[in-house]
Amino acid sequence: MTHRKNVKILLEDGHEFNGFSFGGTDSAAGEVVFNTSMTGYPENLTDPSYKGQILVATYPLIGNYGVPEVPVESGLFSPFESGKVQISGLIISDYSSKYSHWNAAKSLSDWLTEHNIPGVCGVDTRKLTRIIREKGTMLGKIIIDRDIAFYDPNKDNIVSQVSINNRQIYGDGRIRILLIDFGAKNNIIRCLVKRGTTVYRVPWDFRFDPADFDGIVLSNGPGDPKMCRETIDTTRKIIQGDTPTFGICLGSQIMALAAGADTYKLKYGHRSQNQPVLMTGTNRCFITSQNHGYAVNPDTLPADWTSFFVNLNDNTCEGIRHKYKPFLSVQFHPEASAGPVDTEFLFDDFLDMVKQKTR
Amino acid sequence: MKKEVKKVLLLGSGALKIGEAGEFDYSGTQALKALREENIFTVLINPNIATVQTSEGMADKIYFLPVTPFFVEKVIEKERPDGILLAFGGQTALNCGITLYKTGVLQKYKIDVLGTPVQAIINTEDRELFVRKLAEIEVKTPRSMAVSSPEEAAGAARTLGYPVIVRSAYALGGLGSGFSSNEEEIKILTRKSFAYSGQVLVEESLKGWKEVEYEVVRDAYDNCITVCNMENFDPLGIHTGESIVVAPSQTLTNREYHKLRELSIRIIRHIGIVGECNVQYALDPNSEDYRVIEVNARLSRSSALASKATGYPLAFVAAKLALGYGLFELKNSVTRVTSAFFEPALDYVVCKIPRWDLEKFHGVSREIGSSMKSVGEVMAIGRTFEEAIQKGLRMIGQGMHGFVGNKDIEDIIIEKELAVPTDMRIFVIAMALYKGYSIDQIFSLTSIDRWFLEKLKNIFDLRTELMSFNSPEELPDHLLLRAKQLGFSDFQIARFVIKSDRSRITEDLLHVRSYRKNRGIVPFVKQIDTLAAEYPAQTNYLYLTYNGDEHDLDFQQDKNESVIVLGSGAYRIGSSVEFDWCGVNALDAIKEEGYHSIMINYNPETVSTDYDMCDRLYFEELSFERVMDIIELESPMGVIVSTGGQIPNTLSMRLHEQKVKILGTSPISIDTAENRHKFSAMLDKLGIDQPRWKELTALEDIYHFTEEVGFPVIVRPSYVLSGAAMNIVSNRSELEHFLEMAVLVSKQHPVVVSKFIEDSKEIEMDAVARDGEIICYAISEHVEFAGVHSGDATMLFPPQKIYVETVRRIKRISRLIAEYLKISGPFNIQFLAKDNDVMVIECNLRASRSFPFISKVLKTNFINIATRIMLGRPINSPDKSLFDLDYVGVKASQFSFTRLQKADPVLGVEMVSTGEVGCIGDNYYEAILKAMLSVGYTIPSKAVLFSSGPTRSKIELLNSARMLQEKGLTIYATGGTHDFFNKNGVISEMLHWPGDNRSPDVLDYLQNKKIDLVINIPKDLSKGELDNDYRIRRTAVDLNIPLITNARLASAFIYSVCKVDLEDIGIISWEEYK
Repeated sequence: MTHRKNVKILLEDGHEFNGFSFGGTDSAAGEVVFNTSMTGYPENLTDPSYKGQILVATYPLIGNYGVPEVPVESGLFSPFESGKVQISGLIISDYSSKYSHWNAAKSLSDWLTEHNIPGVCGVDTRKLTRIIREKGTMLGKIIIDRDIAFYDPNKDNIVSQVSINNRQIYGDGRIRILLIDFGAKNNIIRCLVKRGTTVYRVPWDFRFDPADFDGIVLSNGPGDPKMCRETIDTTRKIIQGDTPTFGICLGSQIMALAAGADTYKLKYGHRSQNQPVLMTGTNRCFITSQNHGYAVNPDTLPADWTSFFVNLNDNTCEGIRHKYKPFLSVQFHPEASAGPVDTEFLFDDFLDMVKQKTR
Repeated sequence: MKKEVKKVLLLGSGALKIGEAGEFDYSGTQALKALREENIFTVLINPNIATVQTSEGMADKIYFLPVTPFFVEKVIEKERPDGILLAFGGQTALNCGITLYKTGVLQKYKIDVLGTPVQAIINTEDRELFVRKLAEIEVKTPRSMAVSSPEEAAGAARTLGYPVIVRSAYALGGLGSGFSSNEEEIKILTRKSFAYSGQVLVEESLKGWKEVEYEVVRDAYDNCITVCNMENFDPLGIHTGESIVVAPSQTLTNREYHKLRELSIRIIRHIGIVGECNVQYALDPNSEDYRVIEVNARLSRSSALASKATGYPLAFVAAKLALGYGLFELKNSVTRVTSAFFEPALDYVVCKIPRWDLEKFHGVSREIGSSMKSVGEVMAIGRTFEEAIQKGLRMIGQGMHGFVGNKDIEDIIIEKELAVPTDMRIFVIAMALYKGYSIDQIFSLTSIDRWFLEKLKNIFDLRTELMSFNSPEELPDHLLLRAKQLGFSDFQIARFVIKSDRSRITEDLLHVRSYRKNRGIVPFVKQIDTLAAEYPAQTNYLYLTYNGDEHDLDFQQDKNESVIVLGSGAYRIGSSVEFDWCGVNALDAIKEEGYHSIMINYNPETVSTDYDMCDRLYFEELSFERVMDIIELESPMGVIVSTGGQIPNTLSMRLHEQKVKILGTSPISIDTAENRHKFSAMLDKLGIDQPRWKELTALEDIYHFTEEVGFPVIVRPSYVLSGAAMNIVSNRSELEHFLEMAVLVSKQHPVVVSKFIEDSKEIEMDAVARDGEIICYAISEHVEFAGVHSGDATMLFPPQKIYVETVRRIKRISRLIAEYLKISGPFNIQFLAKDNDVMVIECNLRASRSFPFISKVLKTNFINIATRIMLGRPINSPDKSLFDLDYVGVKASQFSFTRLQKADPVLGVEMVSTGEVGCIGDNYYEAILKAMLSVGYTIPSKAVLFSSGPTRSKIELLNSARMLQEKGLTIYATGGTHDFFNKNGVISEMLHWPGDNRSPDVLDYLQNKKIDLVINIPKDLSKGELDNDYRIRRTAVDLNIPLITNARLASAFIYSVCKVDLEDIGIISWEEYK
């Protein structure tokens, strides 16, 4: 362990950190964000919403249970959220080179090496987190041997990089759900398929007639929602009709933009498994898993729309719904993975709307 | 939706005992604070006078009465509360509440049970209901089958699959229970089981499964959170109170973590808890299969730990929820801006380690298993597991320096000790690594997850690496830093690198320290903020780590404006909640005087480690190294070492040598009192009597000295000798026998022999002085004669039966000592008095165990006065004297022998009690009775067994027996006592000794519950093990029959029982005694 290579982390504000390398050995640049989850690194690292980002884990002990074998489960990789490691780099405090779990197949380091993603350990991740918290999310780079330029993923349409290229179909249920893939997590598909639907997963810029489907899901995804202009247009058409539609995370922001509301960049986003939300107008609260850097400005919602959920920590908008039509969306992840499963019932609520419509 | 309640009754948990300790002072105190915030009038019943919750300003009314249905009903009748809280006083409060519910008392007085409904509690307590309830929501519990023959047992085992656990119902001490792995084994085992019991349970074995716990909270709106999960280092089979526990879980994947989390929420909803509960799981290490082992529908030891580990004030929140609040309506009291409806995210790892005191007990097995034996615990925080566990192993305070670098454990068979764990388990793992065992071998013997073992091996490997260097200067910086990151102390580094021996280690570790500081290798202070730095926090809850390079706080300001109080560490026999009370009161006084208060302590069961008790809390080691680290950062005005018991006291001289300002009495004086030779010389100089004593290194000298002073004598072997504790020996043969056990008498291991004065009274002086002048004092007397450790003795304050002349002499001697040592602060002196001769046996220049007791009885806060004096502030000398009281306080001890299988429940010069109560009465008898009932004694109504030992105790007890007889009770007696009673006109029925094999046999009578009080006085002062007396005592304890082993206490208790009628006991609150 003492023979590991020294690496440098450089933030755009000039802060420097030194650490040791594990995993891939190429330098990497991206937006530096932190996540406060205490478990679930294989799920987080494969979440396409992290595309273009260097992830800082605030929980210091990472790698404990290795990385599982990858069995194929209804055409989806389990327990991963996509077919590959999506982050650009990983920064942690204490790496467990020895792992222990019955379903582990390899170490985190080997897995990152396979995907050529650099990991850095031995970093005061609390200090790094406090910098991001105070100054806001910023660009950064992991420098191993070779210096590279900073890279801002929010200036690219990175959704196009993580969405699928060709239509795919999952399940064989009676209900036909269109899933627009902005970088969808596999567990959204699992949650839909196990409820007896057929999921038609299509690329982010796919053209279709909403009436051909019983319901539509706008998936999660990375980056600034305003970069997905084509999809916002498509969604505008959807909400002119009455096909039940459910937006998740980026999907929620796109629905809001399509409705005419505005979105903005949060100082440092919500990335954790412990975000408390309150269902607006009720006393019902839920702990949710979240991963987003942008949010809907609820003050800009048109009159037909209303708040669905609100964050109990900072009062940000956690979801919107149409007052009369079957459109709803949430900023958090009802499909969890990684994270608590308290809000999985929202899939049931959505499918109830779909069934009412098709009855 | 707040409930409209105006007056709430809170039940405490009584005396500290194994399985029910300081955690309930924490939970009760938080609950009272929560109620106070709502302007609710609070009434507290708790006889544990040393707790913080029973202090002024906590509850509006406090009753030092037993937490039993009888007394609680009396208080209800008087106070007429409209609500009651049952979840904050452990199993004691819960059981009491269930009884009050079932007998209709709560209904009769229209009392609302706040929080979880009683039926929900019953559903978790009754095993059958519990299993059924969980089955309704498809939650798995261990499968088990009741059988009535060995053949049926084998059949059940076939269904369940081997291995299985056989449990015989109603059999004591686990007789006839055990594991079976095949048909032959189960038939042999169950044949034995059926000898003890008609019903046997065959249960699937989950041996080797992981044990995981969740702390779950639910509000009246059905909103749920899990505050924390915890994973046991030791696999299932070892009680969670006996296990090393980490938070959060380390070896669970996201799916496992959230599967169990979802189950926890499903369970809490279905059972209908409002407040907090704890769910314990067994998790298969080879799949995602699980079982629910237990649900505790109340605050528990684990919830106290979870609260301290995360910073989430579980008990406070649970109390608010009981009043009807929703979680979302409450604020996170750490960040003060975010909601209480959230789940803490940790950015550190927490390690809890139990503290045992098994060597204090005779005959007890050191094996750890399914029943709890530990008496306390520590919590260590780090940013690597290695850092946390090494800190923790030092914190337990049994001379260990971490995972490595300890004295070898002698005479053990590693393989056996790994497979059959004892309190030394983790150190045996270190030994195994040293002997070259592989991780796989250790895993197969212990079933401890390889992840933990690999981390331990990291520590071991680094030790090996350090050994290859010979001075700190040779060590590369990165390696020195790595060692600190893995939790190595300067002591360990000195031992491995410099290879220091005992004589040089203190000097060498200072060298390591200064070298390391020169190289810039220093620890950093981090906050525990519940949200892993996601939001700015106001928290002052801190720890130190080498896995970081920035402080969370700014240390540039505040020089000389703070005062550090050193806490008392893990609860142990001889040091528990009373020092927490002292610490908390010192903090309060510091705040009142306008200084910033800083506490250093690492015991999660305390109030002093609560988030709102001081300006800064360091959840840290009380080692020289760590205390110095903190002092160097904080630059305090001074440090208080005299309110935390012995641990801080011992540090005072070393801190003084580093020019740290110790407030109050000079460390040089402390050293004079602590050092036997210096102290003795001082007494001689002042002309104060002391029992004769000598430190001896050769056997002949011991015999020679005993001949000179005469028997009996107290023999104290050097602490390094195991198996031979301090003891009183009465004759030459006992002395020979004793010294045979202590074979290693030598220059390095001397023995201290002192004259023991029989039939003498023991009297204590607790006092506070300023510059050598006594400002306030309290003299109390023991009921028992000398020979019973002062921590086990029953104490009377004010003294009731000592001569005025004795008091005068005691005051004079105390004045002399205070003046000579220039005491400024709290101190305690123990005296022996026979006739009017007074001798000093011990003096501690710190607060003693009895400070809260005498402070509360006298209604004069000695710690507050002492702290002001130590801060150099003016005080008003209290005008009360002990003779002014119109009432009597009695402090009685709580023993936990039922938990300690096979231990001899007898009292001696080594302390064995785990807790105490203090009660107040209008007179001596009433106070004694309240106190004895509070520690679990019951009033005998049928028959009392006397087996009264030596003649003088027979005489002492004769009148007691007569009184009982007049009251209509049957007197049973063993041979000698029977004869003596007969000759003196007390009719008794004779029962034969257990070994005699004759009817009527004493054990039969006990087993058939024909006796409801056992008085068994040992023949002489030495401990004969496994003899007849022992069997009587042990059987009484195992059958939960009250037992008294001291003649003076027995007689005091019986007099009280006969003179005071239960119905006449005054239900008077503390405030009403004036």
